Amino acid sequence: MSGLLWAIIKTLCVILLAPLMAGWVKWLKCRLQNRRGAPPWQPYRDLLRLSRKNVVIAESASWIFRMAPYIVFSVTCLAVSTVPVVTVQLPVAALADVIALVGFLALGRFFLALAGMDVGTAFGGMGSSREVTISSLAEPALLMAFFTLAMNVSSTNLSTVIGELGRRDLTLYPSLIFAAMGLVLVAIAETGRIPIDNPSTHLELTMIHEAMILEYSGRHLLLMEWASMLKLTLFSLLIVNLIVPWGVALTLAPADLAFAALIVTGKLMLWGMMLAVSETIQAKMRLFRAPQYLGLAFILSMLGMMSHIVLEVR
Amino acid sequence: MNALYATLLLPLVGVFILAFAGHRRQAKTINLVLCTVTFATALLLALEVFRDGAILSTGKLLYVDGFNVYLILLNAFVGMTTAIFSGPYMEHEAAIGRVDAVRMRLYYSMYQGFLFTMLMALSTNNLGILWVSVEGATLATVLLVSLYRTHESIEAGWKYFIICGVGISQALFGTILVYFAAVKILPPGAEDGLLWTELHRHAADMDAGVLALAFVFLLVGYGTKVGLVPLHNWLPDAHSEGPTPMSAILSGLLLNIALYALVRFKMLVDPALGNHLAGNLMMGFGMLSFSVAGLLLHRQYDIKRMFSYSSIEHMGLMTFAFGIGGPLATFGGLLHMIVHSLTKSAIFITVGHASHIAGTQKMAQIRGLIKTQPFVGWGLMIGTVAIAGFPPFGVFTSEFLLFTATVKSYPWLAPPLVIGLAVAFTGLFRNLQPMVFGSPPADQQPVNANMWPVFIHLALVLWLGIAIPGVLAQWLNQATIMLAGRGVL
Amino acid sequence: MLIASLSLPEQGVLTLAALILLSSFLLLAQVRLDSLINTFALQGALIFLATVFMAFISGKYHLLISAALTLFLKVFFIPGQLRLLVVRLNIRREVEVIGNPMLVMLFAAGLVLFSYYVALPIRELSLLSTRNTITISLAVVLIGMLMVISRRKAVAQVIGFMSMENGLFFAAVVSTHGMPMVVELGIAFDVLVAVILFGVFFFHIRTEIGSLDTDRLNHLTEVDR
Repeated sequence: MSGLLWAIIKTLCVILLAPLMAGWVKWLKCRLQNRRGAPPWQPYRDLLRLSRKNVVIAESASWIFRMAPYIVFSVTCLAVSTVPVVTVQLPVAALADVIALVGFLALGRFFLALAGMDVGTAFGGMGSSREVTISSLAEPALLMAFFTLAMNVSSTNLSTVIGELGRRDLTLYPSLIFAAMGLVLVAIAETGRIPIDNPSTHLELTMIHEAMILEYSGRHLLLMEWASMLKLTLFSLLIVNLIVPWGVALTLAPADLAFAALIVTGKLMLWGMMLAVSETIQAKMRLFRAPQYLGLAFILSMLGMMSHIVLEVR
Repeated sequence: MNALYATLLLPLVGVFILAFAGHRRQAKTINLVLCTVTFATALLLALEVFRDGAILSTGKLLYVDGFNVYLILLNAFVGMTTAIFSGPYMEHEAAIGRVDAVRMRLYYSMYQGFLFTMLMALSTNNLGILWVSVEGATLATVLLVSLYRTHESIEAGWKYFIICGVGISQALFGTILVYFAAVKILPPGAEDGLLWTELHRHAADMDAGVLALAFVFLLVGYGTKVGLVPLHNWLPDAHSEGPTPMSAILSGLLLNIALYALVRFKMLVDPALGNHLAGNLMMGFGMLSFSVAGLLLHRQYDIKRMFSYSSIEHMGLMTFAFGIGGPLATFGGLLHMIVHSLTKSAIFITVGHASHIAGTQKMAQIRGLIKTQPFVGWGLMIGTVAIAGFPPFGVFTSEFLLFTATVKSYPWLAPPLVIGLAVAFTGLFRNLQPMVFGSPPADQQPVNANMWPVFIHLALVLWLGIAIPGVLAQWLNQATIMLAGRGVL
Repeated sequence: MLIASLSLPEQGVLTLAALILLSSFLLLAQVRLDSLINTFALQGALIFLATVFMAFISGKYHLLISAALTLFLKVFFIPGQLRLLVVRLNIRREVEVIGNPMLVMLFAAGLVLFSYYVALPIRELSLLSTRNTITISLAVVLIGMLMVISRRKAVAQVIGFMSMENGLFFAAVVSTHGMPMVVELGIAFDVLVAVILFGVFFFHIRTEIGSLDTDRLNHLTEVDR
């Protein structure tokens, strides 16, 4: 029972800390661009403000539009619950399957895209179509990267994967190098960061995520925003824990857990810095080039799988 | 031994001499003298091998046995006769302003370079050097193909370079695989894992799977250079756009070298595999090339292109012969190598004169050669008769031997063989007749032509058709024994 | 043989092999000439490193000479020569449109699988720790060939051709610890001459047809025009 409790506490912690992650990246970015920037906890204030506002709904909106924020948010929470954060020894670890994770994300995206189209505005439809285009290219690459990891340790269970990788001696695995590169590229695309989408603008013809949620207000918008911050945190966690699996606690001992929490926080902060730097030094690419970018991600993941088969077995 | 070194060194020295003196008036004489002396030393070498058997140089880098000695001799001979032809031909080209002094130097220097790489490829014992030489032969000729710097010739040169380069790379991979198989069985640290003599001794011990794979790569690689369909695209272009002496030696000699390389490898692969895989592959590709080229002969408009397709057809035939692999077929294939080289280079020399007379290579505009310049007309006529396989020419003899072998081993392949020969025959003659006997344009003038090389070649082919001299028969028989296990004599 | 049981330099060779394959894929997708040449130089550098590693793993120090040759030819001379040509022909900024890049990529991936199956009998036989890289080297050769076929610009075709040569060299290094020295030198000489000839050809093609687009080399056909 205590295990289950731990799992719930872990998920709640991630959900509550997700805005901080988003704020951290934003603050760093401002600093790198010589601006003072809002403090990292600014997203909490924004969310609070949104919760106080009234909900305005378009006349043409159907129940899908109203349901979508709840579905998207809860599905993202479920996805978060499958990712090991500080320990791999949770009783719900059996649930932590990468295919389930990808499935949750796909479900959320499905409703998000539907909601974008529901009201019938031009922006929403455009955003949805772009989102679906990009994710249809990103998803195979993501799965390919996950499969490479899975083949390496003979399991699709995230806890097992992370535990196994953390336990191994230092070995150069070409496949893991490629999978990691592919994963990073996909993560950037999936979380709507530069160079695929620009998270800090609402008024650009090329925006994707913001175009879909343009019609939302009040608590609906709050849930949508929160879900996207959650997604950022989720992918960040995946990256830091899969690529640098050391530091994740292999037991449930409190000392280990505390140490792991410290390490994971450090890794997340570092990843946030890298993200901020990369967003500062490059510009958003034209939408038409997004397929090339994701093609590269796919090729990298595929090369990862191939080099596993060709070079590492037998 | 010294004759062998001289045969290789003379052309190499020639490369450098002619690189500086190629534009002078004496260049054609220097070229001819070099080729003649090379032929003389090759003759000495041949006598030496005939007297003492195979010779292996110190360091085991060079190896001459019954199989390659007659090809060396043939190479030197055709190199010499083509040099006789090339002098006046290139003077004519320079006179009408198609080539300048720099290109003349390039031409003569690379003429010798080409002969050197071919002789090196033939006489080396090291399969790696064999590859390097065959690739070197491509490099030496690639600028000659585009010598005229017209759009077409540059296109032909580029195609030749890229297709042959890419193709021959596959052969290098095959060679690496053979080396890999050899390293496994030879004592560790031995540097002779690529020496043909060593490999031939241990051929039966090498791993069959690796060698089968290697042979496929080698067939694709050297097959590109042989001009086997479907890797033949470069050949008609390269042969038709370069200067005619080049076409003569490309068609007459270079294709033989690539086939020689392939057959050498087949000799290694067969004992290791213990089956007829290599032979079957060669038979398949040979038959395909033979049939497709025969059909394509009918569609040609350019006289040199037509005879290039005829070369593809005959190379296909030889590949087929070595693929069958019995003593009779092998003997026929070896003989066909000689007669085809002699006949085809004679034809290209004649064609060179014919296109000078008509001022074009388009067959539709070449008319009435026999009236304007009877020797050229007769040369083209007899040459074509010979290459089409009429008795009593040598081509008939070798084709007959091959046909007999086919009927004996693969009777069901005899009808396609006969049909293919008939198709090729009609393809050649439908174009030949008006060119030789048609009515010439009013202003057509004879040119300064030296037809001696042509008639010497054709006379030799005739001789080989009527009676093969004992010395040659002995060599061919030796080579047949090496290739097929037993001779025909 | 599992990778974890190998020594660190051997793992390094395997990783380099994988990176060489990646560089082949990058060459295939690279549209800008200057980055194409840089990627080619990178591939040469990776092969140089792998050769040095192999020399120390196998204790066959003559491989160091081959490595030095590679460093000179594939990292400095050929890319340098190509850069010079590109500047002199004034095509540095030229961008090539690749027909269907994703399709070409997938085809290349198919070639990797093909080489995997082709190389299986060799892997069975070899006792070398790096035998698995033979597949990679064959794939590099075949992808180079694909590049020659799929590209239209003469420079890109030449780079494809040279990357085939890279694959062949790599194959020799990892499968048999290099060819005998005399053959290596001969091959290096051939490559050197080939590069110079390619340079000459660029100028010829350029003066004759006004661009380096080999699609325009289409005058020679079977039928009279």
